[in-house]
Amino acid sequence: MKETGFYPGCSLQATSREYNESVRALARHLSLPLREIEDWNCCGATAAHSMNHELALALPARVLALAEAQGMEEIVVPCAACYGRLATTHHTLVTDETLRQKTCDTIGMEYSGKLKILNAVQWIEQYVEPLLANAVTHPINRKMACYYGCLLVRPHKVLQFDRVEDPQSMDRLCALCGSEPVDWAFKTECCGAGLSISRTQSVGRLSGAILSDAAERGAEAIIVACPMCHSNLDMRRPAANRSLGQKLDIPVLFITQLIGLALGIPRKELGLDRHFVPVPQW
Amino acid sequence: MMTENSHTPSPAERLKACSGVDVQLCYQCGKCTAGCAMAPEMDLPPSFLVRLLQTGSPAAYRRVLESRSIWLCVGCEQCIGRCPKEVDIPRLIDCLRSEAQKEGCVSPEASDIIKFHKSFLGSVKRNGRLGELDLVVEYKLRTLHLFQDVDVAPGMLAKGKLPLIPERIKGKREIDEIFKKSNA
Repeated sequence: MKETGFYPGCSLQATSREYNESVRALARHLSLPLREIEDWNCCGATAAHSMNHELALALPARVLALAEAQGMEEIVVPCAACYGRLATTHHTLVTDETLRQKTCDTIGMEYSGKLKILNAVQWIEQYVEPLLANAVTHPINRKMACYYGCLLVRPHKVLQFDRVEDPQSMDRLCALCGSEPVDWAFKTECCGAGLSISRTQSVGRLSGAILSDAAERGAEAIIVACPMCHSNLDMRRPAANRSLGQKLDIPVLFITQLIGLALGIPRKELGLDRHFVPVPQW
Repeated sequence: MMTENSHTPSPAERLKACSGVDVQLCYQCGKCTAGCAMAPEMDLPPSFLVRLLQTGSPAAYRRVLESRSIWLCVGCEQCIGRCPKEVDIPRLIDCLRSEAQKEGCVSPEASDIIKFHKSFLGSVKRNGRLGELDLVVEYKLRTLHLFQDVDVAPGMLAKGKLPLIPERIKGKREIDEIFKKSNA
């Protein structure tokens, strides 16, 4: 089996440890080889592209160049925000030769642009999905609202992933785990993303609207593939509930945790006890 | 070398050179504003902001630079996703933010957001990776919001989500070089 490079990014080392744990648990359980990019750095996230365009290209470019230098042909980037920054940088560097040269000079490394960048859902579709039919031992017979957020699907021109307004890939994966994906209106609405600390009340308003629609449609959990979406819907639940004036207790799981449960992987290995909103025993 | 055509670029020309975006393509359909998650909190909703830029008037340009909108944009990319003319508003806004800082006319209401970005980049500069505790400490010192999120921190610690010591990468010098060359 071909080895896939792995870029965890900073959130997966801290706030979203359970995303890291559940990606690795899936890989272990299904014998899918992952190799972490050695000495990776932060992608710069919203802060870099808000403040300094050159830095916003150079930080992700160093990661891409490291992966290439370490002999990787493709990498998986589970954090949707990191994925957006890496994929956008890759797109800029392969379409603008002047910027490529300038950025390579800034990082002191070469980047040919042959690397393939996968988000978590693409990695699952490519490597996990073909094995699912035989591997699901504990179907999760629950209603789920799949929440894609922004950076997994936008900008579509660059990412070319799924349908931009009504994506289906996670809905399909949910169904393969025995769950029933609900039809709802907030699949790709923004949760407030990087304003979590600097403007928590905005995150409360936006995340509240998402949670409330999912709950009204009868979803028993929300499924995500982004650490920012997860922490805004889970850790920022008090702010969301304050904004709504009600107390919603709908849990939020990473797609890798749902698949892990369906494969019978123990909850602890999937980091399910790390959530603020408890996940019931299904 | 000076040529006959050389002149100081106007703000509109600078913006186009930075972003590669032609604001004249916009025909004010308003889909960006309708879909913008932050529009309800903005002083200039996205379509209004683009309209001001289209006028080319220095006063209108100044109004955009001073707006709170350019700092509230979270870069969710919904506007460009729905724009029939593919006007890249998030890219425009990235350029406007850096212009606003250069011109020293940043909206006072953006203060916490900018302090957050600076604290974030400060941590990345020190370690090569983001230390979340490192970020929060610097943010609190910059904003003096000392008691914000004190209710969340114990839960994060208990759930193993707040490492006390940031990870530092081996290529720290390369990161220093990147920050230096980017003037960051």
